[in-house]
Amino acid sequence: MIEKTATELSRLLSSGSLSSVELTRAYLDRIAKANDNLNAYITICEESALEQAKKADERRAKGFRHPLLGIPLAHKDIFCTDGINTTCGSRMLENFIAPYNATVVEKFEDVGAVTLGKTNMDEFAMGSSNETSYFGPAKNPWNIKKVPGGSSGGSAAAIAADLCAIATGTDTGGSIRQPAAFCGVTGFKPSYGRVSRWGMIAFASSLDQAGPICKSAEDAAILTSVMAGLDNKDSTSVDKPVEAYSATLNKSLKGLKIGIPAQHFRDGLSSEVERSIKEALKVYEQMGARVTEINLAHNHLSVPAYYVIAPAEASANLSRYDGVRYGYRCENPVDLEDMYKRSRSEGFGAEVKRRIMVGTYALSAGYYDDYYQKAQKIRRLIKNDFDRAFEEVDVIIGPTSPNTAFDIGAKKDPVAMYLEDIYTIAVNLAGLPGISVPAGFSEGLPIGMHIIGKHFEEAKVLNVAHQFQQETEWHKQKPKFGLED
Amino acid sequence: MEWESIIGLEVHVSLSTKSKLFSGTASTFGAEPNTQANIFDLALPGTLPAFNENALQMAVFFGLAIGAKIGKRSIFDRKNYFYPDLPKGYQVTQLDFPTVGKGSLTISLEDGTEKVIGVTRAHIEENAGKSLHEEFTDQSGIDLNRAGEPLLEIVSEPEIKNAKEAVAYLKKLHSIVRYLDISDAIMAQGSMRCDVNVSIRKKGDNKLGTRTEIKNINSFRFVEKAINSEIIRQQEVIEDGGTIIQETRRYDANKDITSSMRSKEVANDYRYFPEPDLLPIVIDDSYISSIQSALPELPDAKQRRFISDYGLSKYDAGVLTATRELAEYFEQVAKKCGDAKSAANWVTGSLLALLNKDDIEIIKSPIDAERLASLIGRIKDNTISGKIAKNLFEIMATNFSSVDELIEKRGLKQVTDVGEIEKLITKVLNDNPNQVQQFADGKEQVLGFLIGQAMKASQGKANPEQVNELLKEKIKQKR
Repeated sequence: MIEKTATELSRLLSSGSLSSVELTRAYLDRIAKANDNLNAYITICEESALEQAKKADERRAKGFRHPLLGIPLAHKDIFCTDGINTTCGSRMLENFIAPYNATVVEKFEDVGAVTLGKTNMDEFAMGSSNETSYFGPAKNPWNIKKVPGGSSGGSAAAIAADLCAIATGTDTGGSIRQPAAFCGVTGFKPSYGRVSRWGMIAFASSLDQAGPICKSAEDAAILTSVMAGLDNKDSTSVDKPVEAYSATLNKSLKGLKIGIPAQHFRDGLSSEVERSIKEALKVYEQMGARVTEINLAHNHLSVPAYYVIAPAEASANLSRYDGVRYGYRCENPVDLEDMYKRSRSEGFGAEVKRRIMVGTYALSAGYYDDYYQKAQKIRRLIKNDFDRAFEEVDVIIGPTSPNTAFDIGAKKDPVAMYLEDIYTIAVNLAGLPGISVPAGFSEGLPIGMHIIGKHFEEAKVLNVAHQFQQETEWHKQKPKFGLED
Repeated sequence: MEWESIIGLEVHVSLSTKSKLFSGTASTFGAEPNTQANIFDLALPGTLPAFNENALQMAVFFGLAIGAKIGKRSIFDRKNYFYPDLPKGYQVTQLDFPTVGKGSLTISLEDGTEKVIGVTRAHIEENAGKSLHEEFTDQSGIDLNRAGEPLLEIVSEPEIKNAKEAVAYLKKLHSIVRYLDISDAIMAQGSMRCDVNVSIRKKGDNKLGTRTEIKNINSFRFVEKAINSEIIRQQEVIEDGGTIIQETRRYDANKDITSSMRSKEVANDYRYFPEPDLLPIVIDDSYISSIQSALPELPDAKQRRFISDYGLSKYDAGVLTATRELAEYFEQVAKKCGDAKSAANWVTGSLLALLNKDDIEIIKSPIDAERLASLIGRIKDNTISGKIAKNLFEIMATNFSSVDELIEKRGLKQVTDVGEIEKLITKVLNDNPNQVQQFADGKEQVLGFLIGQAMKASQGKANPEQVNELLKEKIKQKR
């Protein structure tokens, strides 16, 4: 049963044929069996999970109903959880226990979801492969020699290998969508401002956005409706009513105008991935959608612009890790400067330090105009490209990633790694909603299809993704991982 | 050689909002260290700022009070530097788009003339915490109570010519923010702080000299002394053939000298950039006009009104409008006793002397407006003499009974009974035959002496006008 979607599990729980305690126990057993190999979780909360499950069963007995009541959940270890370690994949926060819950965590607790644990991630969400985690990389359940993608690789691997029913992730440049693609699961990044960032450890504030990683678009709709909404604690969260995403999933796609960005089908895209996406488009055409080519002329500038803006914001966001109040502090500092230098040198990993340096440089006197300022101008051009495209089309579809999951340790050159996010990054720069859904396989590895919507048209994106999953079985494919015996 | 000095002031005023600029924590002065710091103030991972709009209202309020251009779109920026009392590793401030733009205020100079000093800008920013070095050995303590408190940094144009003007400017700022009730502005407690930029140049030169910045001076008096001391130092350096280095200096009040803190050349690159956790603050005309309509009468306008309505001198009106509380006190007294001039005399004279002697605030005056008004009333209706009133005033400072009770109990009532006064006069004339003779010889000045004797004999209680008249009558009869 652990392979079921939350929607399916919810039915079993409602019918009384399954208790949340039983379900939670099943996932904990699966975690106990599989996590050593997968390294999907950094922290497992067995005791508190069972307590929460018991409480969920009690609430159900008292008449409380919610599709996520009693459903076992994994949080990316970037969300602060009251009383449970929140490491952000870093030595810096190895022993950090937040005294408060992130808004996202709070919302899931309110509806009675059960927190199984905290999932592995690239350190401070900086990475596309999970390899920058201080706790070692999570593995791809389809082939444990492969990366699960990143930064939300732990959540995607846990969903793919049924180490939880639903999971949270965060996406700054593709960190939900790319691992979802690599692991053959559904990962949704809502519009910037749709989900509160309170309690979500900041990487790049103007780009970070939380979203669900799960087993179907139908589940994603339920999770998004829980996560979304205005939060006065996050000034950038948006005061727009949260739509009933589940209610519009079955809207017909007849007449839907799909835009295909020429720029997403160029050099660097693997032919297998290209073929799968083109096949998927045929499925849409059969449903009555029309496909037209669109032009995202500045897409090639999105990676360079992103790697100025995101590190610039990160360089300031990560200044608070100074060894003074919490987090890692070096041994026997001789003075303040020594404490700063060594705590940060020893507490942060190489990729984090690289980005802090890049960001610091980009903001320095004399370079600000050439880098930060120019990157912001490019960001505007990229937004304009999307605005123009969306005058013609309802959604934009392309591949989530140019390739399928690569070998752990294969990409040594940081820029090669950065280019993994060439299709996803522009969506963050423009603040748009984007989902990755499974759309095929290449050499036994999943391929992800990327659906991008207009600002705050989460409902449309989920509708388009769900309709594809009604016609295809890709999202139901399971890796054999751990099921051999 | 003749030198002239150019001074610019950066004044930090701590805004008296109920909670901090970006967190809900209260911020009252003098609380136990780190009892007013929540998870945001501690910069715990995942916390975010939520702007306290009250600070915006106060900043706009101030901007309107100095006739400044209000920024319709102000933007917060991060100013990056590492310091243990700066938990986030950056201070949130406003760099290019401050809430308050160019404005000005008018100061009164000692020669009675007025001068307009330009205000370049005023921006909203958060305070840092406090490092405590004294109480610890080999360690420093951090108190984050102050961290995140809202500040308004008010930057003047370099149009201030000397220490006296600087102090007049500061006092005017102080008075305005107190009138607006947006800050306690108590320098000794740090709710008003001042950094002073000083440079000198040869008289007639157009180019500004290299400036030094004196940080964190905590009283008006020290501002004046620090500026004077720094001007003299700069003159000496240049006259000795040296050059002024652009640097930050501190003022040592005990030695009355400034000394170097750090040179600007090694100063931080603050790597400012727009704060992505906060949206730009956008305000419209209706917001501004709603704040405009709440603007109280400000010191300059009040001073003009006191002159025209109450016929006060410019000087007295200036003294009485220095603080809103004092002006309110005066107006209460004036209205209750119906004699504004007497009220002004009493308040600017005896009352302020009494308060200044023990450094008492007007709102804590032992003699409230009601009692002072009734004291003046009793002079006007001839119940007591002016002289007795002075004594009674001193008594009132420590005895809180009503004026009438005190007059009654202490028998201070003026003697107006003609018979009684005549008796006194007769006695004085009898006791001073020489003076009476002198008067008869035409030396009229002795009259004053004899009146004085009569008043003295009545213990000051006799009505002086009656004494005057009756004595003249009597002595003429004798002649």
